Amino acid sequence: MMAAFIFVVSVVIFLQFFVFYCRSLIAVSSKQVLSPEVQEVTGIQKTASGEDFNRVMQLLHLCPERPEDRKGIQAIGAYFRMLSFVGSTVARLVPSMKSWTDSERGHCTYFAAIALERRISFSRDMLAQQIDA
Amino acid sequence: MPGLTQYVIWSLCTVLEMGVVVCALKKNAFRKYLLLNIYMLASVAVTVARFNVLTSYGFTSPQYIYVYYYSDALLTILLYFALGSLYAHVLSELKAERYLRFATLLLLAGTALFSYAVVEQSSTRLISRFVVELSQNLYFVGLVLTYILWGAILKMRETRIRIIQIVLSLGVYFSLFAADYALRNLYPSTRSVLSSVQQVIGCFLPLAWAYAFWFSPEEARMAPTRVATVPR
Repeated sequence: MMAAFIFVVSVVIFLQFFVFYCRSLIAVSSKQVLSPEVQEVTGIQKTASGEDFNRVMQLLHLCPERPEDRKGIQAIGAYFRMLSFVGSTVARLVPSMKSWTDSERGHCTYFAAIALERRISFSRDMLAQQIDA
Repeated sequence: MPGLTQYVIWSLCTVLEMGVVVCALKKNAFRKYLLLNIYMLASVAVTVARFNVLTSYGFTSPQYIYVYYYSDALLTILLYFALGSLYAHVLSELKAERYLRFATLLLLAGTALFSYAVVEQSSTRLISRFVVELSQNLYFVGLVLTYILWGAILKMRETRIRIIQIVLSLGVYFSLFAADYALRNLYPSTRSVLSSVQQVIGCFLPLAWAYAFWFSPEEARMAPTRVATVPR
């Protein structure tokens, strides 16, 4: 009984913390400005759309991985899938939820674009180091 | 014996734990978040100790099982103190460090006594069951404490992104572990599967903290309500 109670409460609180954690990651990246180069590659100017998420993720996977941002990207990927699920189920009944999920999915795309920017500059640094060596 | 995948996850987790300390040192945050870093160093030490016992006595030996659960309980207690230090950071304006330390110790003793009382009534193999029960309860109390701390962050309008991310990731970690231990208690036959899941969950905290130390400068600020407000 006690274990079942702990399990249910933990899962509910986990979902809450997971959403807040992902939103804190997104909030940090939303303050950064994309370089003109990445804007051109991704087609994102100031605001991003959730529809572009998969395309930006594909571009992201073309770049060499940085271990320190891997988990953040995975967490945002899971958050994006969760939002897409909510958007196609619950949000159909609640209009305010629909606009919120759309805006959050756009923020996820922007986060992915910022990660892409970091990976590009990381690859450049690596290349420069190899040339110097 | 653990398979290759489990060894890889184990090693990765240890590297990440050391990574947190390196990131904290590089960003001059080691002393400020001393207990968090001590917890990570202790995790590395525990991994080495567990590996030694594993290679000497084997995966299913009572020695390994005892070392595993007792070190887990000790690490969770250390994480309590790390959580206490986060309380001190958030409530620094109230000058309540002494009371916080006392409250942490009181809660710890209370949880241990409660777990002992529950197990004493229901088990003949007292010590081994006590440690599993204690771990489940410690993680759950840790989760409740983190939830209260998050409430305090919202109430006190704490704006430091680094602290916000550290607390939220701790909440994710505690809730996953509490759920994992509760499932183990509910369905003991799933223990082997849940052990592998636990290894993966264990990598989350060092990764999230390393990320927070590396990418969120101490001076970076944001409104916590921005994270917590969801339209209804």
